[in-house]
Amino acid sequence: MSSDFPLLSLVIWLPIIGGLVVLAAGKNDGLVRWLSLIFSVMAFAVSVPLYTGFDTGTYQMQFVEEAAWVPTFNINYHLGIDGISMPLILLTTFTTVLVVIAGWEVIQYRVAQYMAAFLIMEGLMVGVFCALDAVLFYVFWEFMLIPMFLIIGIWGGVRRVYAAIKFFLYTFLGSVLLLVAVLYLYFQSDSFSILDFHDLRIGLTAQVLLFFAFLIAFAVKVPMWPVHTWLPDAHVEAPTGGSVILAAIMLKLGAYGFVRFILPIAPDASHELDWLIITMSLIAVIYIALVALVQEDMKKLIAYSSISHMGFVTLGFFLVYSIYDNTQSVSGAALGMEGALVQMISHGFVSGALFLCVGVMYDRLHSRNISDYGGVANTMPVFATLMVLFAMANAGLPGTSGFVGEFMVILSAFKANFWIALLASTTLVLGAAYTLWMVKRVIFGQVGNANVATLQDLNGREALVLGSLAVLVLLLGVYPAPLVDVMHASVGHLLEQAVSSKIPVIP
Amino acid sequence: MSSMTFEMPNFALALPEIFVLSMACLILLIDLFLSDRNRVLTYLMSQATLVGAAILTVGLHSGEPQLTFGGSFISDTMGDVLKVFIYLVTAVVFLYSREYLRVRQLFTGEYFVLGLFGVLGMMVMVSAHSFLTIYLGLELLSLSLYAMVALQRDSVTATEAAMKYFVLGSLASGMLLYGLSMFYGVTGSLDIAEVGAYLKQLPGDNNIVLAFGVVFVVVGLAFKLGAVPFHMWVPDVYHGAPTSVTLYIGTAPKIAAFAMLMRLLVEGLGGLHVQWQDMLILLAIVSMAVGNIIAIAQGNIKRMLAYSTIAHVGFLLLGVLTGTANGYSSAMFYIIVYAIMALGGFGMIMLLSRAGFESDRIDDFKGLNDRSPWFAFIMLILMISMAGVPVSVGFWAKLAVLQAVVRADMTWLAVVAVIFSVIGAYYYLRIVKVMYFDKAEETAPLASSFDMRVAMSANGLAVFALGVYPSALTALCAAALK
Repeated sequence: MSSDFPLLSLVIWLPIIGGLVVLAAGKNDGLVRWLSLIFSVMAFAVSVPLYTGFDTGTYQMQFVEEAAWVPTFNINYHLGIDGISMPLILLTTFTTVLVVIAGWEVIQYRVAQYMAAFLIMEGLMVGVFCALDAVLFYVFWEFMLIPMFLIIGIWGGVRRVYAAIKFFLYTFLGSVLLLVAVLYLYFQSDSFSILDFHDLRIGLTAQVLLFFAFLIAFAVKVPMWPVHTWLPDAHVEAPTGGSVILAAIMLKLGAYGFVRFILPIAPDASHELDWLIITMSLIAVIYIALVALVQEDMKKLIAYSSISHMGFVTLGFFLVYSIYDNTQSVSGAALGMEGALVQMISHGFVSGALFLCVGVMYDRLHSRNISDYGGVANTMPVFATLMVLFAMANAGLPGTSGFVGEFMVILSAFKANFWIALLASTTLVLGAAYTLWMVKRVIFGQVGNANVATLQDLNGREALVLGSLAVLVLLLGVYPAPLVDVMHASVGHLLEQAVSSKIPVIP
Repeated sequence: MSSMTFEMPNFALALPEIFVLSMACLILLIDLFLSDRNRVLTYLMSQATLVGAAILTVGLHSGEPQLTFGGSFISDTMGDVLKVFIYLVTAVVFLYSREYLRVRQLFTGEYFVLGLFGVLGMMVMVSAHSFLTIYLGLELLSLSLYAMVALQRDSVTATEAAMKYFVLGSLASGMLLYGLSMFYGVTGSLDIAEVGAYLKQLPGDNNIVLAFGVVFVVVGLAFKLGAVPFHMWVPDVYHGAPTSVTLYIGTAPKIAAFAMLMRLLVEGLGGLHVQWQDMLILLAIVSMAVGNIIAIAQGNIKRMLAYSTIAHVGFLLLGVLTGTANGYSSAMFYIIVYAIMALGGFGMIMLLSRAGFESDRIDDFKGLNDRSPWFAFIMLILMISMAGVPVSVGFWAKLAVLQAVVRADMTWLAVVAVIFSVIGAYYYLRIVKVMYFDKAEETAPLASSFDMRVAMSANGLAVFALGVYPSALTALCAAALK
């Protein structure tokens, strides 16, 4: 394959075109399902060469494409990936395949629109990870809200309308400030290229303002405490597929924004304000974990657990400054940063899998309440085995992917500050507490009621979805090297940018 | 100017205006002799007039600005671009209106003839190069509009709306004229270029008459644009008028109003930019605030779109107040985009309506996705475009204006603007919500004609296509204001 083949464009546009084809197929549900599957598998297939053809030796953007889009404002169709975005693209294309399969029989109302929404969203999410032009990034970032809004609102639960509008307005508010920040950077640099933004020298006051504008945009998406309240609502009301995409990928978009925008563009402000992010992250890790403990609704519990885990990601990003101040080198910080990135991928698998597990049970009994279950292991042994595995991964058990990221972050936290590390470590206890307590009440024990007694174990389709995720969770848990190696060069470059001052030097 | 010899004006430059005038008079006469059955001829001739005017305007276009009629009439690129869009938008208005008027026994020649006279008024406004010409065009447009609102004689709301529009509109014209007279008093000229040159070389800004003049002119313009606090007529007129007339009022005249802003404030009073900038900042902020917040409370979609217009006018003013060519071309882009979106928005109400059913309540859109997924999708595009969410051309319009504002070093104003657009997003989303999330109350199939459906689809897809590839239009606007 020649190097100038527009592979990234293909990964973006193939699913979007697929979505339109599926919409056109319309009423024939069987055809729609197969078409969706074919397009999602094709999108995944074309994204694999991004991994196999990736050059791990460089931090430079790869698979770059550039074409003029709106010359009046110097906006370009500029794509490219590095070691940070590439794994996230694979996660996106892979998860979409699972979502299509998971919605196979469950979705009966307007199947074409459902599948099309997910396919279009897939292309848009990949677009966000590839975009190197800030306006292109923003276009993908914002447009994504529309299909998600419709997914929650049309196929969601009882309070779906409230949840959909809350989701939209919350994230929209965050992202419009992102737009203003981008326009300010355009004003300064006469370019919308994100890489040009990285080279821009900005005074501290402007950096702090930019930092907050970006922070609001990305913190809402991650979501960080205290702007997390849309997530439990959205998760609970969304259909299973929507929850999976939300947890596995959308939350990562926010975290991705931190490494693509905040750290390289406003390093001095990040340095000044790292205590703020660390505090917010720790509150998310501990307080939200406690909130998760008392949830009655399984989806809500996993939603809160997601917020708590994402706290680890932001924590890992912002430990870099304390470590740098202590050791005057970034090598220690690399561990935390890579841990955070591994945690992003791992959380994508684990939270996606847990939402799918809840979906499996919900499809059978139409309830998400923990109290409506009990002793599911007796009637669904295969399912129970898988669910326990994912629960363990969620709690960070060694040997699963959940352990790798958390362990790396905690380890590097010790280099930063003992107390931060100690507080962060409480997640190992709290995470185990809320996850395993839920598992105990749902999976183990006597058969809870007559409904549970009638449960059928996984069918082939469900087993395929959950089984493949289980393999990945274990694989990443015992052998994370392929993932970490890919990130290495890019993380090194990112850290260099993050610790070098961008304040203009007065001659 | 002082030469006493009569100079033959160059009529060629005003050929499109002369053509529209002659055709409007001709159609008025022919219509008199047409039976109701053949009335469609009036419609076809009106459309032909617009096409002919477009051909003339494009054909006569030359890169250089040219003056005629003693300097009171200008032909330049900005004017030609705006005129072409005025024809285009009006042609679509006529197309959408035909079926609507026919079903309601309103399919009379007056609608089209008044519409053409309105277009003529707009063309004069666009090409005006003297205070008097601007006023002439404005009045021709306004009088046509008053009459059009009152077209439905038996409707109480329509006549009330027409009355309100007439009284407030006349007041605004008076204000504008009063302000212009002050400038005439100080500068001794009505010619925009002469006034502009005089004001530019003025040493201080402490001339009290000029200060008053600016206030009156801006108030007059704000009235006509429907900027808060001079917006009271907008919701009532939009609501009371037949939807086909609302469609007309809400689209093409906005383009002409932009031209009026450019000719008066920028070309004429450009030297007093510092003074009117502050006034426009205030008008823009309160327009965006009031428009977006009150729109949330509306149950009638025509009223809601009226308040949405007010908010969009606020955004338009943001572009103009920057005082840069970048800002002006952004504002021009914004207003053209707005006209296209508003066409779609009001057009959709007409598409869903039928005899005895106006379909102008938000609840009438309930479950549209079940009744017609295609038109629900078109409306979805229009609504997200008005909200300024990508990929739609409304996003680029907002982006263009905001980047001009940031470039003029008023980032705080951009922040204010985006916060209000988030508030605005709520009521556009509400339409999406009722279409997609609610169950249909109306189950009757859509009763619109084939050409209406095609045009409506094209309108929605144009909003989408321009959203994917906006650069032709942005480049055109940038070139128009070189």
